[in-house]
Amino acid sequence: MFIKGIWKYIVFAFCLYLFSCDEQTHVSDQSRGINELHGQLDITGSSTIAPLAHELAKAFEGLHPDVRINVQTGGSSRGIADVRQQISDIGMVSRALKSAENDLSPFPVARDGIALVVHQSNPIKELNNEQIKSIFQKQISNWRELGGEDAPITVVNKADGRSTLELFLAHFELKNSEIRPDVVIGDNAQGIKTVAGNPNAIGYVSIGSAEVEIELGSKIKLLSLNGITADSRHVSTGEYPLSRELNFVTEGRSNDPLIQAFYRFARSSETKNIIASQGFVAIAP
Amino acid sequence: MWLSRRDYWLKAALTVIAWSSAFIVLVIIAFLISESIPAIQQEGIAAFFGDRAWYPAEGEFNLTPMLWGTLFVCAGAVVITVPLGIVSAVFIHYFAPSFIRVPYRRMIELLAGIPSVVYGFWGVVVLVPMILTFSPPGTSLLAGIIVLTLMTLPTIALAADQSISSVRRHYEPVAAALAFSRATLVLQVILPAAKGGLVTGSILQTARALGETMAVLMVCGNVVQIPQNLFEPMRALTANIALEMAYAMDVHRSALFVSGLLLMILVSFLVLISDRVERSSHVS
Repeated sequence: MFIKGIWKYIVFAFCLYLFSCDEQTHVSDQSRGINELHGQLDITGSSTIAPLAHELAKAFEGLHPDVRINVQTGGSSRGIADVRQQISDIGMVSRALKSAENDLSPFPVARDGIALVVHQSNPIKELNNEQIKSIFQKQISNWRELGGEDAPITVVNKADGRSTLELFLAHFELKNSEIRPDVVIGDNAQGIKTVAGNPNAIGYVSIGSAEVEIELGSKIKLLSLNGITADSRHVSTGEYPLSRELNFVTEGRSNDPLIQAFYRFARSSETKNIIASQGFVAIAP
Repeated sequence: MWLSRRDYWLKAALTVIAWSSAFIVLVIIAFLISESIPAIQQEGIAAFFGDRAWYPAEGEFNLTPMLWGTLFVCAGAVVITVPLGIVSAVFIHYFAPSFIRVPYRRMIELLAGIPSVVYGFWGVVVLVPMILTFSPPGTSLLAGIIVLTLMTLPTIALAADQSISSVRRHYEPVAAALAFSRATLVLQVILPAAKGGLVTGSILQTARALGETMAVLMVCGNVVQIPQNLFEPMRALTANIALEMAYAMDVHRSALFVSGLLLMILVSFLVLISDRVERSSHVS
């Protein structure tokens, strides 16, 4: 019992050490950049974008030591309300702006796509909206009905509160209580492990993280949706249907040099890896 | 009692430290309650036991399936580990040859030191696919019970080992004088004498098993339902918090604190029982 506790602390301390190293090299390597920018940016809104914004902010602060960026979550609607009331400088909104919101100007920072995933050995290559709705409501409960093998379908769903679940439900016009899951998972990694370990499972995960895992040799396969291949290319162009924009919004068109510099940085090639590491897809140039 | 100057300072220091550790528990409970209040006020206590199901995004907050899930998975593990743990301790003390005794004890201690995530990972990679081959989806109550059994077995075995050690000295010389056989000694003398320690040890380990999160989260499937048999998935209260806390807001967040509060009540209940058992065993 005692030893168990100790191990946790050792691992934790080691992680801290690793992170601290990481931070230092960032600052020393990049502090050569232009340093005339200074000031503070407050960014609030969608909890989907917040981790990405946080990473972008950290890298940006490394380039410009006199800049402080605060990122706070609270949902897309809070992002919009805060920008309108001038509580924050930039709002994070994980959808396209509505027509009633044309007082705000959006800046797409990345796209988020969700792919249906099955085990590599599954012969199914593509599904359409209706089939997926039936599978997740257990109206279709055997792969045979879809032209696959005679095996019961294991439905893998996400835990309440996850933005992936929200997007999935909104796209297929389902309520979470209508879904009949066999397994409920938390993050994308757990979902991918569950599907990779079960030849009859179907789940949905963020396309960015699925592609990374497939490269690492995970035994999963992304299904085409309504005939459109699920990959980052089709997400970045907006063709893939089960995807959404991740926007920064400001009140009107902002000419603030700090915001403009941060926007340019967010779209630059340096941030490609940051965006990919969050499971998102960079906007097509 | 007369206290020297050094004793006085020692007493003062120990009193402060002891009270502060007790105080931490109180702070935790106060925090849990204050964070739970918004949900309880908005939904009412009845909602957590009477709602249709657990769909926090749709305003449904029934915690009972998870309460049952927690109890089932713990009870299943305890039913297996307690007899095995006691047998293991008796084996060490009375039947193991001396060249096995020490390595065996070290192995149990080593088993107790393995972090729970490792057991969980083994469960996901080996156990769940194994159960899947004869009853899909594999992630199930059974997987949870097996993983939890492996995790609690060594600590229960060590607790039983301790409580047998503590009664051996008192009773063995008498038993030897009466020429009891080893079986009579173990069954009629040592085990009844060690009963209090065995029961409290087991109960405290159960309380620990209740709080086990990661392993249970990884192998149980986390579907909110009362499992109808061993092969159905279920969600424990701890897993509920770990799964949803990261993205929960407002009432949902507060409702997760209610699950924490419920867990706290469950554990306090077990501690109370073990206290009662310990006291009654001292009297007799």
